[in-house]
Amino acid sequence: MPHSAPGGVIGWVNALGRAVLDGVAAVGRVGHFAARGVAAAVTPPWYPRQILGQFMAVGFLSLPVVGLTAWFTGAALALNIYSGGDRFNAETVMPQIVALGITRELGPVLAALMLAGRVASAMASEIGAMRATEQVDAMFTLSTEPRRYLIAPRLIAATVSLPLLTLLADLIGVAGGMQVSKLLIDLPYSIYITNTVDFITRWDVESGLIKSAVFGFIIGLMGCYHGDTAKGGARGVGRATTSAMVSSAVLILAADYLISSIFARL
Amino acid sequence: MATPKLEWRGVSKRFGANKVLDGLDLSVAEGRSLALLGRSGQGKSVTIKVALGLMVPEAGSVLLDGVDVTHQRERERRASFAGIGMLFQGAALFDSLPVWENVGFRLINADGVPRAEARARAIEALGLVRLAPEVADLYPSELSGGMQKRVGLARAIAGQPSLLFFDEPTTGLDPITAGAINELIRDKVTSLGCTAVSITHDLHSARTIADDVAMLDAGRIVWQGSASELDHADHPLVRAFVTGNPAGVE
Ligand SMILES: Nc1ncnc2c1ncn2[C@@H]1O[C@H](COP(=O)(O)OP(=O)(O)O)[C@@H](O)[C@H]1O
Ligand SMILES: [Mg+2]
Repeated sequence: MPHSAPGGVIGWVNALGRAVLDGVAAVGRVGHFAARGVAAAVTPPWYPRQILGQFMAVGFLSLPVVGLTAWFTGAALALNIYSGGDRFNAETVMPQIVALGITRELGPVLAALMLAGRVASAMASEIGAMRATEQVDAMFTLSTEPRRYLIAPRLIAATVSLPLLTLLADLIGVAGGMQVSKLLIDLPYSIYITNTVDFITRWDVESGLIKSAVFGFIIGLMGCYHGDTAKGGARGVGRATTSAMVSSAVLILAADYLISSIFARL
Repeated sequence: MATPKLEWRGVSKRFGANKVLDGLDLSVAEGRSLALLGRSGQGKSVTIKVALGLMVPEAGSVLLDGVDVTHQRERERRASFAGIGMLFQGAALFDSLPVWENVGFRLINADGVPRAEARARAIEALGLVRLAPEVADLYPSELSGGMQKRVGLARAIAGQPSLLFFDEPTTGLDPITAGAINELIRDKVTSLGCTAVSITHDLHSARTIADDVAMLDAGRIVWQGSASELDHADHPLVRAFVTGNPAGVE
């Protein structure tokens, strides 16, 4: 049998074939999980306390880290335009470039990546530990569907919180750029704000928010999926935590490119 | 003959190459208390989990009040399992919730009971397992293993269930508390007419809580009888359990 001959071309083709099949099966499992999670999120019964609690954990407690990230990004962006952009007098359009870069790309993506680290991993470890200690089974025997009590609130909170956090990141990022501009080229705040507001369009902001809703869903989905499928006790939970973070970060960047390319055609 | 409250029909369950249940047949009549005996790792917990729909068997079916519940969908299953209480071997308390919310979980989340009333009923249930009202506001991580087990028991009986499962209810408890728990289980069955299935290693417990005893080995029931028949049973495994002497058991 080719299976018993791992060496050579046949072994290599086999390994590739198996990897592709595993990959397709994994996509199928995640898709199925996502569909059932969304179905639970949009149909009653809902658990308002759980949803509120998740808004707190996902949204509110992420404010500091997202705010700091946004400020430093806006500031560094302005700094780079100043020192690298003088080759074509870019410093004259510093507010516009900062606003464009933050709203369309950096705000949504960086806020999402911070949440992937903070939230997706926490969800995976929490749900994974609940699985490992049979708490998920216990919930089931108490006539409460874990998909509704655990998964749906996390999907809802992540998908709704991230656009709100991104909106805030947009504002703070622009403020960061503004403060650096004042420092470097003594650009008054009033002019910076006028230039930004005159230049930026609704769509610049909206497209970023649409992206961030997708990113939020990815974060909730990866956190819940990897937690729910964790196997093998504490070690398994550790692996699930890492997988949730890495897979959501990669999927966020892939989705960013995909959605941006769709938007570019509109 | 009346329809059994719960019945396993030819249930088989395997994990990879590990065949745990192999065509298991077992039934419990309404209002009876069954003790499931067996050596460690013989699939006693799996037997109960299959009955609860937590594991799906490869073959066979589980009948609750004569209805096949093996492959029910979410809504039907919620209805079928509304009257069931389960104590897990490791207690399986929700560590993010205080004790009283654990005990009142079904009341709050499935039955729509207001939180204040659920709390009062939870404290009442805690009293039944000899836990003081002060315990209600502690978190599971602040309790000893034995106390966690008792909270798990209070949670199982809190919603007036008609069918109860206990997975090693007295393992790890001191003899006095164990005795009280045994009495409680006995009492639930005799006074409330509940049906109960208890896993235990302890013959003294089995005699106290059970009307009937079944011995699980190698994925099937190898002996079944009333609790009073235990001492005269001639099956080698049952004899080994009774005498505590493994001679004659491979
Ligand atoms: N979720 C699971 N995955 C894989 N194997 C399992 C699982 N649950 C139980 N088993 C296996 O099934 C067998 C019986 O387990 P269990 O029912 O817990 O035994 P016990 O009779 O001591 O309660 C054991 O060999 C155990 O390893
Ligand atoms: Mg067990």
